[in-house]
Amino acid sequence: MKRPYFWVHLAKDLRIEWRSRDAINSMLFFALLVVVIFSLAFDPTRSFARQISAPVLCVAILFAAVSALNQTWARELRHNVLDAHRMSPSPAGALFLGKVLANFLFVSVIELILAPLFVIFYNLHALGNVWLLLLAVPLGTWSILINGTFFAALSIRSRNRELLLPLILFPIFMPALLAMVLAIAAILSGESDPSLWIKVLLSYDVIFTTISLLLFDTILYAED
Amino acid sequence: MASLVELDKVSKLYGSFVALRTISLQFERGRCYVLLGENGAGKSTLLRMIAGLLRPTYGSVRVFLRQSGDGGPPADARDRIGYMSHAPMLYDELSAAENLRYFASLYREQPCLTPAEALQAVGLDPALPRPVGQYSQGMRQRTSLARVLLAQPELLLLDEPFSNMDAASAQQMLALVGRLRGEGKTVILTTHQRELAEPIADFLLTLQAGSVASLVERQSYAGGMNERTLFDSVAQDDSLKYL
Repeated sequence: MKRPYFWVHLAKDLRIEWRSRDAINSMLFFALLVVVIFSLAFDPTRSFARQISAPVLCVAILFAAVSALNQTWARELRHNVLDAHRMSPSPAGALFLGKVLANFLFVSVIELILAPLFVIFYNLHALGNVWLLLLAVPLGTWSILINGTFFAALSIRSRNRELLLPLILFPIFMPALLAMVLAIAAILSGESDPSLWIKVLLSYDVIFTTISLLLFDTILYAED
Repeated sequence: MASLVELDKVSKLYGSFVALRTISLQFERGRCYVLLGENGAGKSTLLRMIAGLLRPTYGSVRVFLRQSGDGGPPADARDRIGYMSHAPMLYDELSAAENLRYFASLYREQPCLTPAEALQAVGLDPALPRPVGQYSQGMRQRTSLARVLLAQPELLLLDEPFSNMDAASAQQMLALVGRLRGEGKTVILTTHQRELAEPIADFLLTLQAGSVASLVERQSYAGGMNERTLFDSVAQDDSLKYL
């Protein structure tokens, strides 16, 4: 049975990352740095920890994701592999989807490593429905990565692409970042209902996934 | 003979630099064209334009009777064009066989060579486990050619295919390209090694500062080789129509 095109791209990216560990190592370094420094700076009590852990977690994920996103198209630019993609009959959207899924898996691995560290360093004990974190965190992560992978592709032909990416990404990602922070804070504190923010994240993801998939052709086939 | 590629008054500008100047050419099916010229003459630009990776600033490029140059080759001609650039267009972290398996899976709608067949065709061992990043330049060139051969394209665009190769490997590649032309493929290749590529060339096209400087047709006969100049910019012989 033939595997879908996006699966072929995803398998290739996972294989390359497994060998190079470029993205995982840089993400892990950034994320651990943020978690440890904030915990030392605030020396959090349990109630204070609930207030600050959501934004700290989101900032850790955001910085980690951006460091991975900067590299995501770099290996396609090296040796002009991107030209081989432009010449191939494989749909452009599949290449993009494969990249987003690969990045999603890399960031999810970092989140799984961070989760126990958060509980230890921030002395966390969630008061709301903890299982809702399994919705809020992946939806928020997807919103960073769908935009980030798209704008990283948009900026690959720029000389200052590593500077350009956060400049474009952060303002557009802001609504999703706020929804992610508020959803996680509501789940950890149990003081409010996170469902509204989870719906906001879901809508954001659907809209931006559709737009990105539709527009990626234009970016891939844009002239150097 | 039917033309596979048609360039009609094509010019390419990079800012104020003119890379190609009003070039009109037709490339016939099943023939081998060797593009010669100094660095910066416009050989690679011409090849990338035929591949559809560059848009002409003026004029039009038609490949397989379809308009090219919308940032990629015409969608229904992508699987019929094989392009090899200066860069190997391979992933450093994967072995040659892994690279080729990946690219073959992008051409799934058509019969492809197996990675082993493609690698053997260019004289590489398919079982070599080393990642491409650890290959010599010559081995990368050969793997790159194997990638081009995978989808068995009708039109091969080869940018400096013999650079970085030792003499024996270059002769081996030359024989392979000659065999492909014998199978009816159209080959357009650029090189600085004129003596090397001459034996397989049907046409020698020399570019100079973005313009066609000369075009020579080569025809072999029992006793040797006959050369006929179709165009020479010095002689101002406006006979491009014979192309």
